[in-house]
Amino acid sequence: MANIISDEIIEYVGILAKLELSGEEREQAKADMGRMLDYIDKLNELDTDGVEPMSHVFPVQNVFREDVVTGGDESEKMLQNAPARKDGMFAVPNVMSH
Amino acid sequence: MAMEKGVQMNQGFHKEYETVIGLEVHVELATATKIFCGCSTAFGGRPNSHTCPVCTGMPGSLPVLNRKVLEHAVAVGLATNCQITRYCKFDRKNYFYPDNPQNYQISQLYLPICREGYVEIEVDAEEPAGSSGTSAEERSEAVEDRRASAEERSEAAEDRRASVEERSEAVEDRRASAEERGEAAEDRESSTEEMQAAGEAEASKRSGLSNADRQKKRIGIHEIHMEEDAGKLIHDDWEDCTLVDYNRSGVPLIEIVSEPDMRNAQEVIAYLEKLRLIIQYLGASDCKLQEGSMRADVNLSVREAGSQKLGTRTEMKNLNSFHAIARAIEGERNRQIDLLESGQAVVQETRRWDDAKGVSYAMRSKEDAQDYRYFPDPDLPPVCIDDGFLAEIRSRQPEFRTEKQARYKAEYDIPDYDIEIITGSKHMADLFEATVALGSQPKKVSNWLMVETLRLLKERELDPEDIRFSPRNLAKLIALAEGREINSTVAKEIFELMFDNDIDPERYVEEHGLKMVNDTDALRRTVEEVIAANPKSVQDYRNGKDRAIGFLVGQTMKAMKGKADPVSVDKLLRELL
Amino acid sequence: MDILSLSAVELGTAIREGRTTAVEAMQAVLGRIEESEDALRCYITIDREKALEQAGQVQKRIEAGELTGPLAGVPVAIKDNLCTEGMLTTCASRMLGNFVPTYTAEAVRNLEEAGAVIVGKTNMDEFAFGSTTETSAYGPTRNPRNPEHVPGGSSGGSAAAVAAGECFFALGSDTGGSIRQPACHCGVVGMKPTYGTVSRFGLVAYGSSLDQVGPLCRTVEDCAVILEAIAAGGDSLSGSSREETQKVQAACGSAARNPRDSTYLGREDIDFASSLKKDVQGMRIGIPRDYFGEGIDREVAEAVRGAGALLRENGALVEEFDLNLVEYAIPAYYTIAAAEASSNLERFDGIKYGYRAKDPQELHQMYKKTRSEGFGTEVKRRIMLGSFVLSSGYYDAYYLKALRVKAMIKKAFDRAFAQYDCILGPVAPTTAPRLGESLSNPMKMYLGDIYTISVNLAGLPAISVPCGTDGKGLPIGLQLIGDCFQEKKILQAAYAYEQLRKAGPEQNAGTKEGR
Repeated sequence: MANIISDEIIEYVGILAKLELSGEEREQAKADMGRMLDYIDKLNELDTDGVEPMSHVFPVQNVFREDVVTGGDESEKMLQNAPARKDGMFAVPNVMSH
Repeated sequence: MAMEKGVQMNQGFHKEYETVIGLEVHVELATATKIFCGCSTAFGGRPNSHTCPVCTGMPGSLPVLNRKVLEHAVAVGLATNCQITRYCKFDRKNYFYPDNPQNYQISQLYLPICREGYVEIEVDAEEPAGSSGTSAEERSEAVEDRRASAEERSEAAEDRRASVEERSEAVEDRRASAEERGEAAEDRESSTEEMQAAGEAEASKRSGLSNADRQKKRIGIHEIHMEEDAGKLIHDDWEDCTLVDYNRSGVPLIEIVSEPDMRNAQEVIAYLEKLRLIIQYLGASDCKLQEGSMRADVNLSVREAGSQKLGTRTEMKNLNSFHAIARAIEGERNRQIDLLESGQAVVQETRRWDDAKGVSYAMRSKEDAQDYRYFPDPDLPPVCIDDGFLAEIRSRQPEFRTEKQARYKAEYDIPDYDIEIITGSKHMADLFEATVALGSQPKKVSNWLMVETLRLLKERELDPEDIRFSPRNLAKLIALAEGREINSTVAKEIFELMFDNDIDPERYVEEHGLKMVNDTDALRRTVEEVIAANPKSVQDYRNGKDRAIGFLVGQTMKAMKGKADPVSVDKLLRELL
Repeated sequence: MDILSLSAVELGTAIREGRTTAVEAMQAVLGRIEESEDALRCYITIDREKALEQAGQVQKRIEAGELTGPLAGVPVAIKDNLCTEGMLTTCASRMLGNFVPTYTAEAVRNLEEAGAVIVGKTNMDEFAFGSTTETSAYGPTRNPRNPEHVPGGSSGGSAAAVAAGECFFALGSDTGGSIRQPACHCGVVGMKPTYGTVSRFGLVAYGSSLDQVGPLCRTVEDCAVILEAIAAGGDSLSGSSREETQKVQAACGSAARNPRDSTYLGREDIDFASSLKKDVQGMRIGIPRDYFGEGIDREVAEAVRGAGALLRENGALVEEFDLNLVEYAIPAYYTIAAAEASSNLERFDGIKYGYRAKDPQELHQMYKKTRSEGFGTEVKRRIMLGSFVLSSGYYDAYYLKALRVKAMIKKAFDRAFAQYDCILGPVAPTTAPRLGESLSNPMKMYLGDIYTISVNLAGLPAISVPCGTDGKGLPIGLQLIGDCFQEKKILQAAYAYEQLRKAGPEQNAGTKEGR
């Protein structure tokens, strides 16, 4: 396997993606990611010099809304699925505490 | 601002240092709806009452760009001499935080809407800007002086005009020149700065300096991009948790990123004032620092004087006033120099300014990787700007400050200094023009704005943008005062009520029976009574104490319940004595 | 009349003609569910009472003449990643185990307006990450053709429900083959339209630049009719003439479209049923030689080539050609899809909806526990990969490289469509694998998407039609790929093939009647 995924990389990606892997999951993830990256490295066989990266497949552009208010107070609907709420707001652990 | 001095002076450091500052300015755009959904941007709704699946990050919801946001962004770009990116895209900036409902913010990194612009500010020519800050006492004295001596004032204005003309020759294109001569942005705005500006102008006049001693400096704009604002976090002490309100989530912003072209707090403030003026004139935002519709993050580094290499910079956030910005700049400069002189390195990081304590804190955490994994947002097709669109935005550009100043000079007989102040706020200029259009004499309108309005703005700690009285009511008040239907004291009282509540002066005068008594017989009778009742003052006057007449005027006014014209009273008293 | 033997369009006709009712059709479907659902597990959520009540209401509106469309009264199953107001929408994930949307996906709303009646929400791979429906947090769905085998994925529940008669048609989503491949494995018809044809509003995003909603159904005719219904865009383009719209479309320029999805194209050429002609005379069909290399089952290759031969016999100009770049589609796809997915799934954080870990001490712990407990292994695997390829220092090497390869793949298709009206090939290299076979080797599962994935990268329309069975009786599917906006060509070819196959005794190996 050409791509060796270190514990540090898994740790770092875990911080980015907000995922915490247990010991076994972690080893599996390292192996899986290494294998996937080996496979993705196959793309390097292609000479892509001068090829513009294609983020949007069709040349569609300039899709706008007009600046007109739609809809009214839907706060109750928006909060309906909240795991924790208080005073019409979403409640989360104290953000200042860590 | 006394603390500004510290920015420039060496406080016992071993070496000479130069401060290098760049700004990231966020401006909330004046739209009715959010950037990617039809929710209202209005302030003050119940929590989460202006939200929908899009701005709360519900699964399956998708963004659609508000055309107005693009128009505002391009307008600001054109007014700041930027190149407009003809093919631009939105990117996702990924980071987890509760105020960010999708945990990515839609922004622009790779192809921002505007690039490579600039604005010009004025800085002092000889000594470094910032060290010339005036004290509060000096300033208020100067303000008094300014009001007192109209003659001197117009002299200073002559100087100013001369320098304006000189400068205007150097400009290349019309729009640039409009900006250019927009000049002296620091002379305006929030009442504090306003007064400071007035003070500085006066101080420089008194010390024989003219505007010729001020230099233009170009502050580069690296880019302007469009993005969405975050929600609001509210701390709940009772349950030790944080509450999230997404009403602000998705409110459109532009972020104006400057080049690291500023060297001290005064330049920073001049730059901000300049941006604010341009954007307000465009109607793209009200740009209120305190309310957060304009927010500035300061990127600062220091380097040894003469060095060409930039030092490691930090980013300072949470700066809610010019005062805080100036203090934070001083504090951060000193902190970095202390680090360098003690052999330590400055760490590139984001810091949060605590203005109450006057210190900053690193916002680092091991959970914040500062790796935003930007990539083009597949949900938003690119924006292509054609010549027609640009021409349309250009054609809608307003008369900017310099053009307005030139027109005022040509059309109205008011002092140049007044023109400076009035055009220093788009709102005040609009008010002035609308009142004049209703038939009031420009000079009278200007006087009410320059004296009573500025006084009350200062007292109430308001910005000119906060003025709420209507041109119609101001015109009515001026008509009442000029028609001698009310005296000046009553007029000032009414003005104050009008300033606070936009009352109708005509109706108020009517309802409170404040019309001046123009019945000469009644006035003569009262004056005679006052003369009879105050023999001592009469004697004093006759003995040459001119001051005594003032007392008698006061007594007459009192007897007339204020409804007399003090000028007529004075005249009549002298006649009868 | 055996209601369950009818296609969706046949049922709709029968209801309109008063030969049966929406309620009878729903009862028949619920009866079948009663019999087979325990063994197959096609659905995550079924609301029998609501389904019958809705059917009753629709029947009244049909009788009142308010609903006259071909799908009025027809029971439909909805993949559980399409939001349905008031009905659980889980994406087969623990993360959304309790999520009840307050809005309905545009495609579903279109069907409701057409009078289709929702039976329930179908099982799928968690967040559509998978090709077997085994990564569902609610357990796998089994293939109605052989319960020891998977139904394919990720729209496995939808495909199985159609194949088993547990609905008359279903909606699925296709990011890399998730409609076509399960349709193939279950022996039904499935189609992914041109990117932007159906609004994605309300479809829980996986790879936003690749996702499309599409039908799974029994016949090509059903497919055309359903697609026509779900692609509708309301009033967005009203006022502009057809010529104008076509011009816009030709240029792919700007136009006012659906206000809730910027990538929705608001096409007006969605009269797909008009293309149902049993005629392939002179149609130019290319078969990519590179689709028949290593890894493809002999039986699959033979069935697909046999289909090509049948079309040739009936007047089509069928030839093999080199498409090129086929083997690069998978690595490019997994890079792009994982990157977009990692970002799209960031919103699942335990704050606004869905699962939240118990007793979080502080914010970041809440995020990590919630996401680690709420997501399954395959989802975490792709999020990790996606976060990595976008991270600082790797973006250019992986993500931008993949976008460049995507551009090259699109070009390869452009070249092909300069010569051919359709590309014909297999849907998957093998028939449906046995349960459990793929989970142990994700790489092998990924390789199974080789023929479907490039279609999503290039934004093209493609349809999967049954074309035979293997020795074990498992269905084999044929894929017809069209140029962008050329749905009608592939529908025509598919329809003609379907009719020819029905008529020809040799090829009629019994996929449709196989159950």
